[in-house]
Amino acid sequence: MNKNEKDWIDITSGVNVRKCMRCGKCTATCPSYAEMEYHPHQFVYMVEKGDIEPLLNSDSLYKCLTCFACVERCPRGVEPAKVVEAVRLTAVRKQGNNHLIPDQIPAMLDDDMPQQAIVTAFRKYTK
Amino acid sequence: METFTYYPGCTLRTKAKELDTYARAAAEVLGISLVEPENWQCCGGAYTTATNEVSTKLSAVRTLMAGKETKGLVTVCSACHNVIKQTNYDIARNEAMAVKVQRYLGLEEAYKGETMVYHYLELLRDVVGFDKLKEKVVNPFKGKKIAAYYGCLLLRPSKALAMDNPENPVIMEDFIRAIGGTPVIYAQRNECCGGYITMEDKAQAAKRSGAVMASAEEMGADMIITACPLCLYNLKKNSGSDMPVYYFTELLAEALGLKEDGNE
Repeated sequence: MNKNEKDWIDITSGVNVRKCMRCGKCTATCPSYAEMEYHPHQFVYMVEKGDIEPLLNSDSLYKCLTCFACVERCPRGVEPAKVVEAVRLTAVRKQGNNHLIPDQIPAMLDDDMPQQAIVTAFRKYTK
Repeated sequence: METFTYYPGCTLRTKAKELDTYARAAAEVLGISLVEPENWQCCGGAYTTATNEVSTKLSAVRTLMAGKETKGLVTVCSACHNVIKQTNYDIARNEAMAVKVQRYLGLEEAYKGETMVYHYLELLRDVVGFDKLKEKVVNPFKGKKIAAYYGCLLLRPSKALAMDNPENPVIMEDFIRAIGGTPVIYAQRNECCGGYITMEDKAQAAKRSGAVMASAEEMGADMIITACPLCLYNLKKNSGSDMPVYYFTELLAEALGLKEDGNE
């Protein structure tokens, strides 16, 4: 376990993961549940344990839609999406670790695709 | 006539012109003057909740500061609205963030969240008033069953957005009543459409947007309305449903007699 990495994720998220009471409501309400290898409650639990490496390497980071359903519905105010965001940023802030590069964009577009989708994806997937 | 600062955002200039044009036209009829700030920048589309990141929040702060000169800042796009309100909420509560932004932008005084931010729907509810809007309607949507789609960005996180009850919102339904339509309540109205995942995973976007449309259709909707260009895209292109999807400003303009089309 990399203590610095855990501390940095806690600082980045601003979340106290120890408030979690393991009810699983975040995961139950997550629209990306079926697509995720690690679910919102696992992000919270694994960050608490310092078991961060599997999260950093998982595609689950890019399945979160940032819809804030888990943030809104957590009965303990843990705000799991902020934990996912902090782990995702820890991954993409490393040089060469961007999940999306500009050259990939043209193939993803059609005539109706709003700019909003492109800028949002860049904000989420790259640094 | 009351004057507000109006921030259209990137998509309203290109793929979502209807959302913008009819918002401006309707405001004029409703006695609201909307002034667009010069040289505005894209809001970024998504707010990062990271506490140690400031550069991605600067364009929203610049927009907020432009809003200080009028009665408030008005946004229409759900994404701009979300980014700007979350920025405003955080900077008002986080002295360190306010100081960092001040130094970064070279401001004489720190910006601390003074600007009042309104989504266009809030402008209709809180400044114009739905009763007054109703009086101005010349072309009511009589007998039309209209499903309001909130998605995620308009309502959440509710602490920062403070627009309506995040689980049982009424603002869009009240809007639908004001323009003479019948609102349809359905389970998926405040669940995510898939958002930007459409860029790399069409199947997931199809699953989410399909669930939204199916839920509205099941409750008997004739059409669905949204304030978000990306929701509109997903619901139209990825859902597999052919139920009509409109921006709420299109219906507003039609009800006020500002848009050709006729609704019977």
